[in-house]
Amino acid sequence: MLANGEAVHAGSGRPRGIAPLAGRGVAGTFREAAIRGKVGATGDRMHVPTSAAFKQNAHAAIDDPGLQKALARSGPSFIARRAAAAAALPEFEELRNTARDIKNHTLAHLDFYLETYAANVEKAGGTVHWCADAEAAREAVLKICQAAGARTVTKGKSMISEEIAVNDHLEKHGITPVETDLGEYIIQLRHELPSHIIAPAFHLNLEDWEEAFRKSHTDLPADRVFAERRDILTEARTKLRARFLAADVGITGANFLIAETGTSVIVTNEGNGDLTQTLPRVHIVLASIEKVVPTLEDCTSLLRVLARSATGQDMSVYTTFSTGPRRDADLDGPAEYHVVLVDNGRSAMIGTEFQDMLRCIRCAACMNHCPVYGAVGGHAYGWVYPGPMGSVLTPALIGVDQAGLLPNASTFCGKCESVCPVKIPLPGLMRHWREREFERHLTPATQRRNLGLWAWFARRPSLYRMATRAAAFALGVAGRKRGRFARMPFAGGWTQGRDLPAPEGDTFFARYAQAQRDGTLR
Amino acid sequence: MSREAILTAIRRGLRRGALPADQAAMLRGRLAQHPRQLIPARSRLPHPQQVELFVRNVEKEFGTVARVASAAEVPVAVADYLAAQNLPSELVMAPHSELQAIPWAERPMLSIRQGRAEATDAVAVQHAFAGIAETGTLMFPSAPERPTTLNVLADTAIAVLRTSRLVGAYEEAWDLLRAELGGMPRNVMLVTGPSRSADIEQTLELGAHGPRRLHVVLVDDAG
Repeated sequence: MLANGEAVHAGSGRPRGIAPLAGRGVAGTFREAAIRGKVGATGDRMHVPTSAAFKQNAHAAIDDPGLQKALARSGPSFIARRAAAAAALPEFEELRNTARDIKNHTLAHLDFYLETYAANVEKAGGTVHWCADAEAAREAVLKICQAAGARTVTKGKSMISEEIAVNDHLEKHGITPVETDLGEYIIQLRHELPSHIIAPAFHLNLEDWEEAFRKSHTDLPADRVFAERRDILTEARTKLRARFLAADVGITGANFLIAETGTSVIVTNEGNGDLTQTLPRVHIVLASIEKVVPTLEDCTSLLRVLARSATGQDMSVYTTFSTGPRRDADLDGPAEYHVVLVDNGRSAMIGTEFQDMLRCIRCAACMNHCPVYGAVGGHAYGWVYPGPMGSVLTPALIGVDQAGLLPNASTFCGKCESVCPVKIPLPGLMRHWREREFERHLTPATQRRNLGLWAWFARRPSLYRMATRAAAFALGVAGRKRGRFARMPFAGGWTQGRDLPAPEGDTFFARYAQAQRDGTLR
Repeated sequence: MSREAILTAIRRGLRRGALPADQAAMLRGRLAQHPRQLIPARSRLPHPQQVELFVRNVEKEFGTVARVASAAEVPVAVADYLAAQNLPSELVMAPHSELQAIPWAERPMLSIRQGRAEATDAVAVQHAFAGIAETGTLMFPSAPERPTTLNVLADTAIAVLRTSRLVGAYEEAWDLLRAELGGMPRNVMLVTGPSRSADIEQTLELGAHGPRRLHVVLVDDAG
């Protein structure tokens, strides 16, 4: 469907786009080059990022009628549901501060809380596998699966699993991973990446589901009828039930890790995560290091803002706390409990201006409210994390040389920051990426020249005002008839999508000064 | 190896070595005290109103509630519910002493097996450790007498909850759990309504992988 949809499982090699720069050191301590080497350099069936082709991706997305139908339908409902849930809880705004503070406290002592967490996991009989990068994490998962003699592995929804592309790695070694979250399941059937971090199949319509199910579930009667969504759901439930029961290993993500108790927490509505981690003999938790929080109480405060920000529910249906393997005399639960704890670029964000991004609890409110996401959907962003949070996180994880277009694809309307439950200054962080990009000479030459020209004028106010007055006057005269321009030299890209309103003859500064002189200002 | 590399990188970012002993002691103190953060006022109510809030919230989340005056009335409530929903009267029940003490024999039509749930079980009866009024949430800590599979595997989940076990906020339920179980059990599920998915066209459908129905039998023992 989207151009980048096909690239997801494409062959080996570097993503197209700008070749990685050797990169002179940039002020600050952020080690982009090191991170870039870790992501995407190994494995021949990685999720190859196409973020460098954002512009082409976005064009394809806007011309995709199916995607546009899905975006038009689903966008507004997320916004309304979050607004209703927030309005129904008078303390919601204050809880956002609490949530931010808990995360900041944890990040400031991340080494301590990770060590405490790991010690408590082990006290409960679990095993922690510390993994510096995606490759180490994939290997750790594979080793556990092989030791368990696994043939099939069920999976709960996990973004870190997408980030490290563990499914491809398992398949390559003869182990079948089965996604069990309904949205992830169809994404797997269609060989796509999720287009949204909490609603993986955000970009699909009922007819796409029917098509994929008919193509994949060939053992069922071909003339069966899908009259409504319920029929899709029922078929998926039946199909996946057998998978749950047969799986040797279950892999889930984690919304939180609790240091106090050595507990991993998952939040779902379907119940697939619980079947995944309860029925197989081995449970693997895939989690990145910034998921840790100190106590059950801290986790509880974050849960109060998570579901409200995400789906507009007061609480998700299943919030499950797992601590170690099955205890003596228990009648169910896994015999082995492993945590694959993944860094993959996070530790390098600590101490930089991007540390704030590590507060993210992956609720998706930012993308649900983003006009850019709403226009192009998630796949255009070209990698695992779309929307504003992706525009900040993706350059940190795969390199700003590859993902530099993402922090530029913003209207800076500030809506994302205003709804973020942990108050991440997303537009500000995108600006930081633009600065990094500029410093590293990754910005295209024309843009640099024009910015330089603008800066030269901006530092000379009287000249600046003279030039802008002249331009406003000229444009005002030229556009007097229609009041707008459908075409503009040097701004073809801008006017292709919309008209440029013609100025009314003078600049704001000039009119303000005039009004001051006339004494008409109030 | 990786462990040290990750911790070193974090400390480098934080511009310090391992946490000084006094600061570590302070953090350990915070863990031991696990201070409460802001608790919303909505559940700060007298107990009878908390019960009402709980019921309202369960129903808002598409669950159902039957209130009974004593444990002796539970079998009737369960049998009536199953009949009204046209469900079979075979059920699997948690081997919990409180549930075992219920006079099930007075409803001989109910066929009861005790233990964990299997894929073939259509109806499960679980013992609720606590209820949380704030959002109409049930708390199920795993134990030999409270198997986790009963929460998720059957099509219809029935939870028996005593009103005296109903609290306002999650924090109070954590306190009960710490005081009575002395630590985290292997699994603690907080369940708010029946299973659902909005993955198809972002439109809510009940009955994804977990139970399609969640029914709470609320036994009034708070006096």
